Amino acid sequence: MAGTAGALTGVKVVEFAVFAAGPMVGKHLAEHGATVIRVESRSRPDGFRVHYPPYKDNIPGLNRTGSFALFNDSKLGVTLNLKRAEGLALARRLVAWADVLIENFVPGVMARNGLGYEAVREINPSLVYLSSCNMGQTGPRSGQRGFGSQLTSQAGFTYLTGYPGEDPVLLFGPYIDFVAVGFGLIAVLAALDYRRRTGRGVHVDLAQYEAGLQFVAPALLEYEANGRTMTRMGNRSPHAAPHGAYPCRGEDRWCVIAVCTEDEWHALCRAVGHPEWAEDRRFESLAARKAHEDELDALVGAWTAQRAPEEVMETLQEAGVRAGVVNRLGDLFSDPQLVHRRVWQELPHPELERFHYEAPPFILSETPAELRRSPLLGEHNRQVYRDILGLPDEEIDRLIADGAID
Amino acid sequence: MHERLSHITEPVAPGTLLGPVRVLDLTDRHGWLCGRILGDLGADVVKVEPPGGDPGRRLGPFYHDEPHPHKSLPWLAYNANKRGVTLSLDHAEGQDLLRRLARAADFLIESAPPGSLEARGLGYRALAALNPRLVFTSITPFGQDGPYARYRGSDLVAMAMSGFMSLVGEPGRPPLRVSLPQAAMWAGMYAAAGSLIAHHHREATGRGQHVDVSMQASLLWALANAPAHWSLLREHLCRGGSRIVGRSTTGARMRAIYRCRDGHINFIFYGGEAGRRSNEAMVQWMAELGEAPEWLTRVDWGTFNVATSTQEEIDRLEQPFVEFLRRRTKAEFAAASAQRGILGYPVADARDIRDDPQLAARGFWQEVEHPELGVTVTYPGPFARFSAAAGAIRRRAPGIGEHNAEVYSELGLSAGDLDALRQRGIL
Repeated sequence: MAGTAGALTGVKVVEFAVFAAGPMVGKHLAEHGATVIRVESRSRPDGFRVHYPPYKDNIPGLNRTGSFALFNDSKLGVTLNLKRAEGLALARRLVAWADVLIENFVPGVMARNGLGYEAVREINPSLVYLSSCNMGQTGPRSGQRGFGSQLTSQAGFTYLTGYPGEDPVLLFGPYIDFVAVGFGLIAVLAALDYRRRTGRGVHVDLAQYEAGLQFVAPALLEYEANGRTMTRMGNRSPHAAPHGAYPCRGEDRWCVIAVCTEDEWHALCRAVGHPEWAEDRRFESLAARKAHEDELDALVGAWTAQRAPEEVMETLQEAGVRAGVVNRLGDLFSDPQLVHRRVWQELPHPELERFHYEAPPFILSETPAELRRSPLLGEHNRQVYRDILGLPDEEIDRLIADGAID
Repeated sequence: MHERLSHITEPVAPGTLLGPVRVLDLTDRHGWLCGRILGDLGADVVKVEPPGGDPGRRLGPFYHDEPHPHKSLPWLAYNANKRGVTLSLDHAEGQDLLRRLARAADFLIESAPPGSLEARGLGYRALAALNPRLVFTSITPFGQDGPYARYRGSDLVAMAMSGFMSLVGEPGRPPLRVSLPQAAMWAGMYAAAGSLIAHHHREATGRGQHVDVSMQASLLWALANAPAHWSLLREHLCRGGSRIVGRSTTGARMRAIYRCRDGHINFIFYGGEAGRRSNEAMVQWMAELGEAPEWLTRVDWGTFNVATSTQEEIDRLEQPFVEFLRRRTKAEFAAASAQRGILGYPVADARDIRDDPQLAARGFWQEVEHPELGVTVTYPGPFARFSAAAGAIRRRAPGIGEHNAEVYSELGLSAGDLDALRQRGIL
């Protein structure tokens, strides 16, 4: 159950959600003490329990996937079958209990399942109901299904990633889903504040597309004001030089360096043992360095290539120059700063053995997040249906036998 | 196609979601978004700038390419819904004024290097002693303490240190960031979320707290599920350029960026039920145009499993899609994907987004008056809808010190007092 000291202790959340964009909102609420019930179905499990690696030992299994674990810690897991009348009745009782409902299906799905906003507000008029989907609840493309890995391209991010004149590159995965998660969380928290003051519920229509566009607003204003479409420029910046990723000693090891002022440029020249660069006419101002950026990058790269990325970072940071290691995935787990912030919380799990859960990027001084492991499929059926909904054990047994609890 | 969608029947203007709360926003451009979001939700946000203005006002691109502190487009984008005052925190008098403002504030957001506000007697502890209800939010590259807390950050440094860059770019070439800075976006968004969680607790208990936001840690969520690959399999996923990695247990990479007639399209054949429907719809479209090879129409997508496919199988399958999409336009694909249920979207640029009929139909774009420019400017709209009424922006970004008189008169300062403070370089 929820901790007793979390900032959101007492907030009750029910989730009819899949993949990341919905469930991650519930995760952030749960790790701050909200009681979050993740509703699943054994007959139609979350795609992240089924066909998405990584699997523990590369062996698939409903409780063996890392993606489900990462996005669902600290919640209670129940199953029910909404296609059965008694399953729907259970869902409606959970909705009546909840303060917040989170769903991220294609518009229309919740209504077809008898859980659309119009239907549930009659059961629970003060409910905060978050609908998160690709295109929003209205408009000609509202019915469009899609995944964040593609929607990231619709919202302009992919076009802005890569080298000028070359094909764009991916932002790894469903980048925009996680932007929508942050804004979904903010929307729920604001709606809870409104509910606290007025007693009224709120339906939030969050288009992941529109949430994502908040992160590219300067490019949209640039088109509006100046008629230009901002484009990709590798790692370069109009405001800084050197500014890029430079090769380091070791296989596929890299560092980054960002020199934003003349003072930083002079500090870099001294720190790398080349004070003569600071005297070089080609590099005497930002404009000059931008005009000779290939030569500049070659010189800087020749220096970094002799060193480990950690050494580059330490040397340059010591001199007051912005620099960092390009952490690889595994490096993140031993990054001293992330370790210091207890970002990774390795917890035991019955089928994953141990798993690194991820704490939020903000630390609350008085009520820090507390993470509990992700639920197995249907793990908390009895606890939720008996202790929260007050069903007798024999009734629960019957619902399981009938398949309403699947 | 769908029954009528549930509709918001009790309109709630976004600007009324939060009660009457006051936010002091001391941030530089690395923290702007947080205050913008709280302002969108109805908070009274007062942007506190040093005399002469926030240095971020000097960064372009600029409106009509005219460098001017009122015309920086990133500034305008992320400082709407704020009032603006100037205040020097380097003078004792200025520090005292900030303390007086903080007594009456609900939130304070700042992005100064760790320790620098403390050195002025304006750190969390000092202000919490004056106002125990204060939610004090700090946004920094690495966090308030720890081995890298004193390191200097930037967008590029945060993108690198978060691991994001190791997953972006072509294999064998340098790791890449997004060309439009993103680290401040993630940090600002999560700062707003953390501040609102602390607000919820404060409303229940009467006690504020310190919210310590790390830009590096905020970006970790841009890596989606990648950290799980290390946790379970101890594998460093490597960047795949235009191909998606981590979807197959065989290590196969799947193309997601396809060239088309006027740019690029992001399409991928997925597995599972959603993938089956999408793949079948795509092949159907190709067949209707007579462009589906015979063998492709016989593929049983119901049994196709991305997770176990080999690179050879993937490469063979994607080839006809490469040929087909090369002959389509972005707009054709956008229309067909929506109509037919194909999982994919164009690789849109700002113009494609501006011209998207979906956004127009939803009334996404918002006209904002700029009397100082003599024009209205079209801004992107709200991050979510709380009612049928669109529009998040109630006021454009402030001029330098535009609301000095308004805000400082609340502290009982007269016009004469303000003049004197201005002459001493405090306002």
